[in-house]
Amino acid sequence: MFVSPAHAASPAPADGGIHIDPMHQFEIVPLIPIEVAGLNLSFTNSSAWMLAVTLLAYLFLAVAMRRGALVPGRMQSLAEISYEFVRNMVQQNAGKGSMPFFPFIYTLFLFVLCANMFGMLPYAFTVTSHIAVTFALAIFIFLGATLIGFLKHGVGFCRFFVPHGVPVFLLPLLVVIEIISYLTRPISLSVRLFANMMAGHAMLKVFAGFVAAMGFLGGWLPLGFMVAFTGLEIMIAFLQAYVFAILTCIYLHDALHMH
Amino acid sequence: MEPEAAKLIGAGIACIALGGAGIGIGSIFGNYLAGALRNPSAAQEQFPNLLLGFALTEATGLFGLVVALILLFVV
Repeated sequence: MFVSPAHAASPAPADGGIHIDPMHQFEIVPLIPIEVAGLNLSFTNSSAWMLAVTLLAYLFLAVAMRRGALVPGRMQSLAEISYEFVRNMVQQNAGKGSMPFFPFIYTLFLFVLCANMFGMLPYAFTVTSHIAVTFALAIFIFLGATLIGFLKHGVGFCRFFVPHGVPVFLLPLLVVIEIISYLTRPISLSVRLFANMMAGHAMLKVFAGFVAAMGFLGGWLPLGFMVAFTGLEIMIAFLQAYVFAILTCIYLHDALHMH
Repeated sequence: MEPEAAKLIGAGIACIALGGAGIGIGSIFGNYLAGALRNPSAAQEQFPNLLLGFALTEATGLFGLVVALILLFVV
């Protein structure tokens, strides 16, 4: 979506001042160009960071649990806290019979969390700030949840779209609204994560531009804002991973229990 | 009207969505605080719900931002 930074760049100031383009950080650069049958399958910086995120998540758990002591150390406690956190979330929000799906939701949470947190490193690329990545996650969650619903309830899953205790003459309208709201779920799920990440990082860059533009004397005020916003962004990075996982649980609950 | 001008005006109008997000976030935190002061012992349990509501509400404002960005860079 924001592949070309040329559109975002406003003309550079004539006096040779520092020019910062807030959209430049979202640029996707092919590292190893691969083209198969007319498809662009290049290994990009996005793929490289995604690989790094997956490796980090794997190493975190592998290193933390390598001893598996009865009385956990610091690293093992961290892994156990994250495990229990997601387990409680799944149990509370997805209801009975949802534990078979716990590994998937834990993986999803850890991936989104690591991707968001990796994006907070200076010069890092935020994998989740691209709608291609978040939409791919969201559409598979949506299709999977719908499939589970139809496998579990058969054609009866269509009753999910009929609200209870509603006058009959309102039903045609309400069923259409329910179906539309169900179909917009993958869009809202993916846009929420991508917009939060993109807006946050663009805002940080804009304020960084203020620091550079206001010079040594005036730049301290925006620098203070930058510190506060960085703290806020770290909170948002965690919160969005949490919301992404909890909404997956809620969609799963709808598929398993219908209401 | 120039198409470029219409794009910029449209992007500006799309940012009105932030007003709704502001009202929503204020309402969430205000009501949480009111409830927490009445019954402090129940406040900690509802803290995850507060954050969930905050994130869901904030996203509606960001949808407006996405519309503005699409108007500016894609259309």
